Amino acid sequence: MADLSIEFCGVRAPNPFWLASAPPTDKAYNVVRAFEAGWGGVVWKTLGEDPPAVNVSSRYSAHHGKNREVIGFNNIELITDRSLEQNLREITQVKKDWPDRAMIVSLMFPCEEPLWAGILPKVEATGADAIELNFGCPHGMPERGMGSAVGQVPEYVEMVTSWCKKHTRLPVIVKLTPNITDVRLPARAARNGGADAVSLINTINSITHLDLDRMVAFPAVGNASTHGGYCGTAVKPIALNMVAEIARDPATHGLPISGIGGIGSWRDAAEFIALGAGSVQVCTAAMLHGFRIVNEMKDGLSRWMDEKGYRSIEDFRGKAVPNTTDWKYLDMNYKVIARIDQEQCIGCGRCYVACEDTSHQSIAQLVDAAGKRTYEVIQDECVGCNLCEITCPVQGCITMVPQDTGKPYMNWTQDPRNPRATSR
Amino acid sequence: MIESLKHLPQARSTNEALAEQFTDLAPPLTARQAAIEAARCLYCYDAPCTRICPSEIDVASFIRNIHDGNVDGAAAGILKQNILGGSCARVCPTEILCEDACVRNHDAEGQPVKIGLLQRYALDNMRFADHPFQRAPATGKRIAVVGAGPAGLSCAHRLAMLGNDVVVFEAQDKPGGLNEYGIAKYKLTDDFAQKEVEFLLGIGGIEIRYGCKLGANLQLKNLHAEYDAVFLGIGLGASRQLGLTGESAPGLTAAIDYIAALRQADDLARLPVPARAIVIGAGNTAIDMAVQIRRLGAEEVTLVYRRGTESMSATVHEQHIAKENQVRIRTWAQPEEVLLDASGRVRGMRFEKTRMEGKRLIGTGERFEIAADAVFKAIGQSMDPVGLSDALAKTLERDGDKIGVDAHFRTTVPGIYAGGDCVAPGQDLTVQAVQHGKLAAQAIHHDIQSKAGSR
Repeated sequence: MADLSIEFCGVRAPNPFWLASAPPTDKAYNVVRAFEAGWGGVVWKTLGEDPPAVNVSSRYSAHHGKNREVIGFNNIELITDRSLEQNLREITQVKKDWPDRAMIVSLMFPCEEPLWAGILPKVEATGADAIELNFGCPHGMPERGMGSAVGQVPEYVEMVTSWCKKHTRLPVIVKLTPNITDVRLPARAARNGGADAVSLINTINSITHLDLDRMVAFPAVGNASTHGGYCGTAVKPIALNMVAEIARDPATHGLPISGIGGIGSWRDAAEFIALGAGSVQVCTAAMLHGFRIVNEMKDGLSRWMDEKGYRSIEDFRGKAVPNTTDWKYLDMNYKVIARIDQEQCIGCGRCYVACEDTSHQSIAQLVDAAGKRTYEVIQDECVGCNLCEITCPVQGCITMVPQDTGKPYMNWTQDPRNPRATSR
Repeated sequence: MIESLKHLPQARSTNEALAEQFTDLAPPLTARQAAIEAARCLYCYDAPCTRICPSEIDVASFIRNIHDGNVDGAAAGILKQNILGGSCARVCPTEILCEDACVRNHDAEGQPVKIGLLQRYALDNMRFADHPFQRAPATGKRIAVVGAGPAGLSCAHRLAMLGNDVVVFEAQDKPGGLNEYGIAKYKLTDDFAQKEVEFLLGIGGIEIRYGCKLGANLQLKNLHAEYDAVFLGIGLGASRQLGLTGESAPGLTAAIDYIAALRQADDLARLPVPARAIVIGAGNTAIDMAVQIRRLGAEEVTLVYRRGTESMSATVHEQHIAKENQVRIRTWAQPEEVLLDASGRVRGMRFEKTRMEGKRLIGTGERFEIAADAVFKAIGQSMDPVGLSDALAKTLERDGDKIGVDAHFRTTVPGIYAGGDCVAPGQDLTVQAVQHGKLAAQAIHHDIQSKAGSR
């Protein structure tokens, strides 16, 4: 059996599956249930100044798919609405009862050093393993100068990180906001400030949908709404890219990354780890299905690792990073062509109309004497865009087959068609 | 009441208890079920379900509208092609049409989208403030439609929509044709046929005159003279004969007559119900008959067909319904003699076993008898000879025993059109009749307008 245990910026955990700072880690009751279910660690829901935050009623909304599955999830909840004292007491007890699990405490305070200097010893006293700085919350808190209002200004990120490093011996994880043009800049700032790791992504500014009768967005608070933070499976591609950007940035090379964003299965987790993440954090999937999902995640990851011969998380961590590059280094001579397996084809015609209307007119519709439709790829026209493979409802029916062009690797910087080519 | 069965005992149950036997055979989808089912549709391009639909309903489009919560849009899309989409959703043999063509029948899944039930969902749940179609500016033309069945009603509706005024002549005292009189009660429940006609007439410009039977108190030559065009949607009014002695004996009747009596009965408990019944035939009417008489309380019902099940025109789905209702299906046997008791009433039937010899069906010489108190024949319908008996009607060219028409449903007499079961093309299905009526209306309108334009 593969070993799922990790050591992430000095924090040990029996597995890489942590619960992100959010409602599931709001109090001891939930966290104990999570640990009983088998989670490797938690990031306790963000602590702040007393008096605690006050939340509104009606807090979540979702972007549903065709079968009412939740594609994306949105919330306007603030940081903890319980007192600092109560949270610290519960953290102390839970860590004492569950010493092998990672206990990370998320913090959010105004940008004043004495406030941080005051809280950090108290957190340390709980026995927690690390702190996570919430520089990412995109709703409510930024209006008060915290959360993503800090995360969007690299200078602030560096400043607060350095205060924390000065006032605690605990590892400092900086949680980054995706609501920024280039995520590498705050990541570099965090490193410059002495961060031991970064975690990302926090949620994305969002409005999921509207009540078109009342003309108000969801979640509606009376007759008004506000943008929330978007998470869930829909944000995974955005998160993966941001993780990869930091992983392959020479300025942050080797900086531990805790991957967050739409992780709901072992496969999602493996993808984040392959792009460099040393732990993963989950929230939405647990909120939709309960803590039990960690069982299938651990089992699936472990079996896949066994199959691939990976004995530990480190064995495959970051393995996809070298294969993630800039567009200009892609091989211009590489070519794939779609192939339709006629045995598997159910004749829905979706590949045909997609290619005909919006792509390269590379699929032919053939009608036999009995009126039966057959769809065939016109090899000479196909550019290998993958659209037909994507719209096909039968997985594996359309495959993209690499062609032997007989030509060597040649990227855009070497391509004679590039008027600005650097090497010819 | 059916004269030839009046000696039989009445159903041994109450009207209420029997009514329970005739509730919806295929209950409607709930909103949740419709959402799940609609989500299964792949929104195929050049979709095979639409290609096979006799009335050319854009199935993928209406299902996508259901999924997107646009039920009125879904309903309008269906009704635009098939104004009787509600009854077709209930009576269409979808298992040999759209649902058979559905790509999700492929081996990998083997489960088509429930298109018929989705169509019913759209039409049961539409909420139009007014009739969904408006009439074009009045043409001043008047058209006579003979027969208020699916073909005639569909034709009338489309003609009215195109701006014409229509008078429909109906022999019975209710509209709907086979939807009202000929379809199993559990397939069209809750007086649906009448409600649908009421909705259809909501477009305006259509008058129905009842008790007007062609060849009796209505003459084609008069209609031809008085109206700008005539559409014949007269169906097949005569039940075929077995050609045996004893065919008029008490206890022997046409299934279609019994079904009509059942459909019109105010009190099901007063229907005559034999303890043992034989149904001769292999079509959906034979199945409807056998199942309904079982549900009314007949203890033994045997459906006899002279060929094998694979040749039955009743679909596999229909045969399955029969089996579920404990109807015994006896194949490879042909009627030889109606057996009568001392008082001349039916006491059973003698059959001769059959087999194929090359391409010919022959009797084997081996015989058997089945005891029965009633025999229902459901061996098909033919043209009622009375209908086309006047001088002009006799000049209409026939195609077999049906009325001959061209691709636009024109008969050989200019100004006279025909469609539905009384013409040869297509299958004898409600949906086919609706399509005939619709296309004939378009041809009528076109012909009248181009004639007017050329003057």
